[in-house]
Amino acid sequence: MGSPAAVRRPAARRVVLGEGADLDGFRRAVRALVAEGVAPEDVSWNAGGQGGLFGEAPEAPGQAPPLSLPRQLAGRITEVVPHRDPERYGLLYRAIWRVLRGERDLLEIASDPLVHRLDLLARSVRRDIHKMHAYLRFRKVVGGPPDGPEVFAAWFEPDHFILEQAAPFFAERFRSMLWSIVTPVGSALWDGEELRFGPPGCRSDVPGEDGFEAGWTGYYESIFNPARTNPKLMRSHMAKKYWHNLPEAAAIPNLVRSAGGRTAGMIGKEASVPAKRVPERALAAMLDQAPGSLEELNALIRSAGPLVPGATQAVVGEGPANASVVFVGEQPGDEEDLQGRPFVGPAGRLLERAMGEAGIERRDVYLTNAVKHFKFEQRGKRRIHSKPTAGEVSHYRWWLMRELELVEPKLVVALGGTAVLALTGKQVPITRARGPAVLLDGFQGFITVHPSYLLRLPDQDAKAAAYAQFVGDLEQVRQLGEAGRSAGPKG
Amino acid sequence: MDEAVARKLRVLADAAKYDASCASSGAPKRSAGRDGIGSTDKVGICHSYTPDGRCVSLLKVLLTNYCLFDCVYCVNRRSSNVQRARFSVNEIVDLTIAFYKRNYIEGLFLSSGIIRSPDYTMEQLVLVAKTLRQERGYRGYIHLKTIPEASPWLIEQAGLWADRLSVNLELPTDEGLARLAPEKTATTIRSAMGQMRERIAQGRAEGRSFSPAGQSTQLIVGADGASDEAILQTSAGLYESYDLRRVYYSAFSPIPDSSAVLPSRSPPLQRENRLYQADWLLRHYGFAVDEIASGGEGGMLDLDVDPKLAWALKNRHRFPVDVNLADREMLLRVPGLGKRAVDKIVATRRHARLGLKDLTRLTGTLKRARPFLIADDHHPGRSLDALDLRPRLVEAEAQMSLF
Repeated sequence: MGSPAAVRRPAARRVVLGEGADLDGFRRAVRALVAEGVAPEDVSWNAGGQGGLFGEAPEAPGQAPPLSLPRQLAGRITEVVPHRDPERYGLLYRAIWRVLRGERDLLEIASDPLVHRLDLLARSVRRDIHKMHAYLRFRKVVGGPPDGPEVFAAWFEPDHFILEQAAPFFAERFRSMLWSIVTPVGSALWDGEELRFGPPGCRSDVPGEDGFEAGWTGYYESIFNPARTNPKLMRSHMAKKYWHNLPEAAAIPNLVRSAGGRTAGMIGKEASVPAKRVPERALAAMLDQAPGSLEELNALIRSAGPLVPGATQAVVGEGPANASVVFVGEQPGDEEDLQGRPFVGPAGRLLERAMGEAGIERRDVYLTNAVKHFKFEQRGKRRIHSKPTAGEVSHYRWWLMRELELVEPKLVVALGGTAVLALTGKQVPITRARGPAVLLDGFQGFITVHPSYLLRLPDQDAKAAAYAQFVGDLEQVRQLGEAGRSAGPKG
Repeated sequence: MDEAVARKLRVLADAAKYDASCASSGAPKRSAGRDGIGSTDKVGICHSYTPDGRCVSLLKVLLTNYCLFDCVYCVNRRSSNVQRARFSVNEIVDLTIAFYKRNYIEGLFLSSGIIRSPDYTMEQLVLVAKTLRQERGYRGYIHLKTIPEASPWLIEQAGLWADRLSVNLELPTDEGLARLAPEKTATTIRSAMGQMRERIAQGRAEGRSFSPAGQSTQLIVGADGASDEAILQTSAGLYESYDLRRVYYSAFSPIPDSSAVLPSRSPPLQRENRLYQADWLLRHYGFAVDEIASGGEGGMLDLDVDPKLAWALKNRHRFPVDVNLADREMLLRVPGLGKRAVDKIVATRRHARLGLKDLTRLTGTLKRARPFLIADDHHPGRSLDALDLRPRLVEAEAQMSLF
């Protein structure tokens, strides 16, 4: 009796891959096996051999062409290869085989036993990487200024071969430090420029302590609330296997042991009588915090630093503290930024001229800006004004409104769109809103163009007409300011 | 590490531990600059866990626990006899950097008792953040507590340096706040939240960094008489009005030096846990507050079963749900099926029909889901109407641990 006619199959293969996560070796093997049509059940995988790709296969590696795999599968391969499970290569090859044989969406079928198994392996690798990022602790080896840069080292024992995937995180985070990470399966070294991988090491390659560990453990003990003790929950997040490399974990047994007594003590204790008197004067002084004068407010603005990037200094308002008219512009320009005074550039000079023609003396009015810092784009040597955004105007609005509260003007002149936005909270076209207006907090206002608008008009006739209209506006401003028709700032 | 600083750290960490927030998530992806340290990613990292099961992600400390306010529930109220301490700006900056370099923490969560004035205190908090960013080249996570009584321009500055800002409402009702926190008002707190909400949205729209990880708040559970339903109504309102990332719930916990008005007792941890679960249902599972409340009695959640199961038990007519046919919204309402399991079910059933065995690979809590499901080879039949369904499921739940 002859055996049943056996389907002819390629000879069984034994693939030997390098120790650890041999992604390159696996890729080469898969290419060759697929090219030859070797089915998964005919391959035995040996991970952790002495290098050497095809133990018993005669063909040279690297000959077979690259495979085109769905991105999801390629990603899953990269994730699973670092796993310690000796079956990982065989499982991956079965998935690759099935995908190439028509099951393109295989990885979407999470209920498939193979996909499920690969999901679990990938999750375990991701978790291992995450825990390494979380539980690795650096210890200082040497240094710190002025003796040169600080050097740190850490010992960690990952479950899987994840060092190369986990290390770039530390390079991104601790870029200006010099550090090394030593593990039983390899080491990583960051010299400030480049990340390099080297041979395994042992615990004694890393210092046995660090000057901050006692302080850190003290923090850990203090942030723990004994009334909420739940060690089981703690262990579900931070398994015991990590404890021996965590300096703070030495405190755990004692914290758990003493928690019950500490909590009972707090609950059993009578409510105490305050040892100190009520600090009446401090309480009264506490509420008196808003700046009470322009000097105080301006000091605050100057010390706060720019809320938009780039400016040299804050440019605060200027003029009599009891002026009846306040002019609000947009923001300081190049010259204002350097001199630290508002309206001293080209637009400021034009405003002064127009005021003069309208019968307003600059020294009689208060001049300020909606935004107190110059915002610009650098183009070569020139700093080109850049318009503040609505958000930036909002950042500065509180200061502006406090400024107005302190000056208590009869009239607030909004020069241009940004000032109108700051003083009304709305974007309004000047052409439509021009003239008297009621502003935020009930201030009586007058809306007109910003003098820089006049400077920008290219056509001379239009410029002259616009200038005349501007002077006309300022005449109205003068009359409104003198008449003091408004009933005060709070309408 | 300096001994005096270490002693202060103990006092000021102890004073900060009643703030439940620990998240270091939500910041944009950032890497350290050439001469600096610090990075952030969407999801933060828990670097340790204390024996209460809570995550240690940020260095959570107060700048000082001296305080002029006298909030009855607070360990740091001015009438409390606890030990006091105060960090200088540089001490806290140095400490943050030293801990960060050793990979103990994701960043700093800084709060403070009110000293001198709310403005002065807030200025100090802002100064710490600004120093870390500008002088130390630090790009790790910063969460700053906002003091709502401080002048609004300080919030404008805080948001430039912090990843997250938060104001704690603490008490879910305005009445509770007025009674237990005499220096605070709900109006002031809400106006600070409103200011932050507006500025965070503007920053996002304009591509500028202003508290990019948004704002959060905390409610204390069990210090006043507010019901679970009232607490959840408050949360839902806060999410809606201020676009909060999170509302944290903190079971009122015994403190070392308690007030006669609010004596110490064991913290209502189970209640806190149920509120977190309910909050989750509000934000991610399409439940409304009244639906969640209907699962319990008299405005209180059922402590024995999670709020989704409680709702399902009272709405058995809406079940069983066919995993091969039901829409996503209804699958999300099945007890024992989480968001991730539902996503997997929806993706998988495009390619294959699902039986019970398949479901065991898609969710770890099939036992709880089973009575509410129809699968290819499974129909719960009458068991859904059985009187002992609840006791059976309660028993199954008792074997699970708190999350």
